[in-house]
Amino acid sequence: MAMKPVTFTLNGLAKAAFTEDGQNLLDFLRRGVGDMAPKYGCGQGGCGACTVLLDGVPHLSCLTLAETVEGRRVDTASGLAGATISPLQEAFMDRFAAQCGYCTPGMLMAATALLAKNPRPNRDEVIEAISGNICRCTGYEPIIAAILDVAEGRVGA
Amino acid sequence: MAVTVETHGALADAARAMAGGGTYMGGGTVLMRGVNDGSVQGRLLRSTDPALRAIRATGDGFTLGAGVTMADVLASRDLEFLHPVARVIGGPQVRAMATVGGNLFAPHPYGDFATALLALGARVVPAAGGSPRPLDDILRDRARPHLLAAIEVPRPRDARAFGFLKVSRVKPKGVSVLSIAAHLPRDGGRLRNVRVSYGAMGPAPLRAVSVEQVLEGQSLDPATIARAAQVAAEGLDPPTDPISSGWYRREVVGVHLKRLLERMA
Ligand SMILES: Cc1cc2nc3c(=O)[nH]c(=O)nc-3n(C[C@H](O)[C@H](O)[C@H](O)COP(=O)(O)OP(=O)(O)OC[C@H]3O[C@@H](n4cnc5c(N)ncnc54)[C@H](O)[C@@H]3O)c2cc1C
Ligand code: FES
Ligand code: FES
Repeated sequence: MAMKPVTFTLNGLAKAAFTEDGQNLLDFLRRGVGDMAPKYGCGQGGCGACTVLLDGVPHLSCLTLAETVEGRRVDTASGLAGATISPLQEAFMDRFAAQCGYCTPGMLMAATALLAKNPRPNRDEVIEAISGNICRCTGYEPIIAAILDVAEGRVGA
Repeated sequence: MAVTVETHGALADAARAMAGGGTYMGGGTVLMRGVNDGSVQGRLLRSTDPALRAIRATGDGFTLGAGVTMADVLASRDLEFLHPVARVIGGPQVRAMATVGGNLFAPHPYGDFATALLALGARVVPAAGGSPRPLDDILRDRARPHLLAAIEVPRPRDARAFGFLKVSRVKPKGVSVLSIAAHLPRDGGRLRNVRVSYGAMGPAPLRAVSVEQVLEGQSLDPATIARAAQVAAEGLDPPTDPISSGWYRREVVGVHLKRLLERMA
């Protein structure tokens, strides 16, 4: 099996690791680099649990060849918190937007990309932004409410 | 995992390499599933050729590189007539990755964008060179490898001339029960050079020939629309899959065609 070196930026830090031919980015991040935030839900593109940002844009890491991130910026939910958790994470806690939590890293990244592009989204825009992410626990309303809390400046209220 | 990935800077090099066998990967939203479950094996060829992502205006329309994504289409003001199509393909993550070229070869029930391009009379530009070919030819024979460089898309005669409708069970994102696209240019109130196409109504997107025959030369009045709806399923044997039975697709296609035509009248 051919191994290929990949250098990229992960959550603001330079990284270098080897990928196997045909390895997807999700497996590479989890097994190769040790970032366990993106989750394996289906490996088929259907659930969004593996969502990461590539150069700021949400992508499904299970359907992305790891070698294609060479020279690019990858952001995962591991990078959201600094010394304290981010406002978006705080809003997810306040609104009980995570129950089992499996979808949460993907939801957070879909919402992060939305808020970066459109800091004041309306409800329909929030729904559209998370339409590629499945949650089997919350019924979505708490997640939508959490994202709108950040958009409308209510975090921590 | 017995996959080897070869990336070529120039698409022409990928085309030459493909002569030795292998599968071309666009955005990978279909192919990577097979890589993940082991059903896709052998050589995977990719290209980072910037021409693949280019959108160029031409005299009567646009040339889209085969690697243009649904998100690229949505970011282009020129391609506004295709926004209703690109917007209903997958969620945002899929749209950032899914290419126009890949959509032409995506298996049933996928191919919503191909359905729209078929109604618009698009032509495909082979990567190996040679003259552009009607998309109809490619869709009739998808099993043969045809590496494509670009797709030439004629601009609809006017905003009212082109319509698209997708029926899915899961909203806002869901795969097709069926999709319908219609290009209905009018000449003195009469429809001329009508093209109507269906997605998910056969093994690949196809022309609704009986509907086109009913509409051609007519005005889009309630009687014509009713006649078109009557023949909507003529000659079709749509597949049964977990989304819908073939029987249901045949039953409802006329209703949805009528709705689309009424919207365009
Ligand atoms: C969750 C999810 C939802 C989806 N929803 C939809 C939907 O609503 N509607 C829809 O139509 N599709 C849908 N798809 C399917 C798919 O994303 C799209 O059809 C997409 O456009 C395929 O393009 P791709 O570049 O990802 O294809 P790839 O996976 O790269 O390739 C698909 C096929 O096309 C061939 N191919 C790719 N590029 C070329 C080229 N330049 N020349 C010749 N052959 C080429 C490949 O060899 C392969 O056979 C969905 C997929 C997922 C995972
Ligand atoms: S694991 Fe990637 S979409 Fe489900
Ligand atoms: S919190 Fe369990 S899947 Fe969303």
